[in-house]
Amino acid sequence: MRLSKAWLVASRDFKIFRRQKNILYSIIVFPVIISVLFPAILEFTQQRSSGLLAPGVLPNLLNSFSFFFVIGAAYIPLGIASYSIVGEKIEKSLEPLLATPLTDGEILLGKAISAVLPTLVAMYAASIVFMVGIDATTVGKLGYNYFPNSTFGVLLLILLPVAVVMSVLYSVIVSSRANDVRSANSYGIFILFPLLAIYLLSEVGIISLDINGLLIIAGILLAIDVALFFVSTAAFRREEILTKWK
Amino acid sequence: MNSSRILVTIVIDAENLTKKFGDLTAVEDLTLHVDEGEVFGFLGPNGAGKTTTIRMLCCLISKTSGSATIGGYEIGNKEGSLKIRKMIGLVPDNVGLSEHLTAYDNLDFYGKIYDCSESQRKESIKRFLDMLGIWEKRNDLAGTLSKGMKQKLAIARALIHEPEILFMDEPTANLDPESAKTVREFILELKKEKRTIFLNTHNLDEAQRICDKIGILNTKLRVVGTPEDLEQAVKGKKTIVSLEQVNEKILSALKKLSLKNLTSEGNKITFDVSDPDKENWGAVEAMVLAGGHVNTVNVVGSSLEDVYLKLVRESA
Repeated sequence: MRLSKAWLVASRDFKIFRRQKNILYSIIVFPVIISVLFPAILEFTQQRSSGLLAPGVLPNLLNSFSFFFVIGAAYIPLGIASYSIVGEKIEKSLEPLLATPLTDGEILLGKAISAVLPTLVAMYAASIVFMVGIDATTVGKLGYNYFPNSTFGVLLLILLPVAVVMSVLYSVIVSSRANDVRSANSYGIFILFPLLAIYLLSEVGIISLDINGLLIIAGILLAIDVALFFVSTAAFRREEILTKWK
Repeated sequence: MNSSRILVTIVIDAENLTKKFGDLTAVEDLTLHVDEGEVFGFLGPNGAGKTTTIRMLCCLISKTSGSATIGGYEIGNKEGSLKIRKMIGLVPDNVGLSEHLTAYDNLDFYGKIYDCSESQRKESIKRFLDMLGIWEKRNDLAGTLSKGMKQKLAIARALIHEPEILFMDEPTANLDPESAKTVREFILELKKEKRTIFLNTHNLDEAQRICDKIGILNTKLRVVGTPEDLEQAVKGKKTIVSLEQVNEKILSALKKLSLKNLTSEGNKITFDVSDPDKENWGAVEAMVLAGGHVNTVNVVGSSLEDVYLKLVRESA
């Protein structure tokens, strides 16, 4: 596996994405919403009813907000990976690519990089805006800056990349069966359900989104990643692509 | 006597190559040899297995049985496949361009894949786009080009790393006559450069004009040889009788003679003959006895089209 070749495939995709407004929007919109909206909600709520934001309640609420970064990290690659693979399918540009000395793994890795990298950059940039915004809003109540903290660090540096990879691998499988970007996105959404379930379970107090809880979730997602890796690499083989992909 | 031997290298060598998709046999026991610098035309109806053959030879899909080597490397194993893909160029039946990249960027990307230096890439892109008459379109998005231009771009892409062996899957299909002519002339230019070209085509005239050797495939390889050899291979000729009027009585009289490929169109009747002197006499007599007024009787030789149709019909 030559990383330089995978990077070549990813670079070409980045060039294409720059000309595709839909993809640019899908990368930017979600991070902007969560990084600006949550501090704004807190500020609004603080002004309307200060009782709701008692210092004892705030940490749990902020941890819940933080988990949206994981959901976002799983959501953004769906659009990118679907376009990058289904788009090639529609343009029938995979066959000439497969006839080159690139290996299946290099092409797949290139596709994965082109979905993972913009997502991580967008989410990490959004996390900085989010932390600054939240701290500015809550420092008066808490008496200290809540972010950065180790829980959010674990979420950003461990759970978030694992969620991104899960979403990309799942998108590869979905893209191998879908005929257009829209249907790939529709099926892709299913990968968000387990993450939404985790969020709801944390809201009703069944699981906790503290460091231990996040590490357990990351471990489960990592196991899913391994399983998806084998399925997606089996789907992304030359012969499969040329003879069995719809 | 001084005898000089010219060593010819076989660059595409297939022995009993077979591909099955479940119960369906797409290609069966294909044995063929293509020499270095030769243009090999692969003819056959839709679904005959032409594209499957190209995909097997380009190591895009696996073979079910048999063997094949390209440039001395065997298809079907990982190492060989990688080496084969380095030395070949493929023009697939669908152009498969990245529509949101410019013509130049499409080619530049492929040049980078094959580790061509920047100066090599610049030189090759300019050379091939010039030869194909689309250099001025280099900064246009591929998606905005006409069908003919896209096809030319796909050909340039396959050549960007200067491969010795080029596989082309119906490169002139769906092109207007002008673009098809440019592509044909370009293939002839490549032939002058001594590249080996494996050309899938439906176009018999194109095959006859460009190819050194032709194979006719319909799951199995029916025949292979030079265009002249193939015309000779179908023994016998065709008789065309022009009458004042063709009617049912004349046709039923001829049907009793069991003539091969008897057809009528307008006031002309055509049938195949192996011995014109003998068979035409009997046929003309039958037509006259049935009340026909014969104007002319012409005997013509078989064309490549006749050979093709005969072999394809026989194998159907």
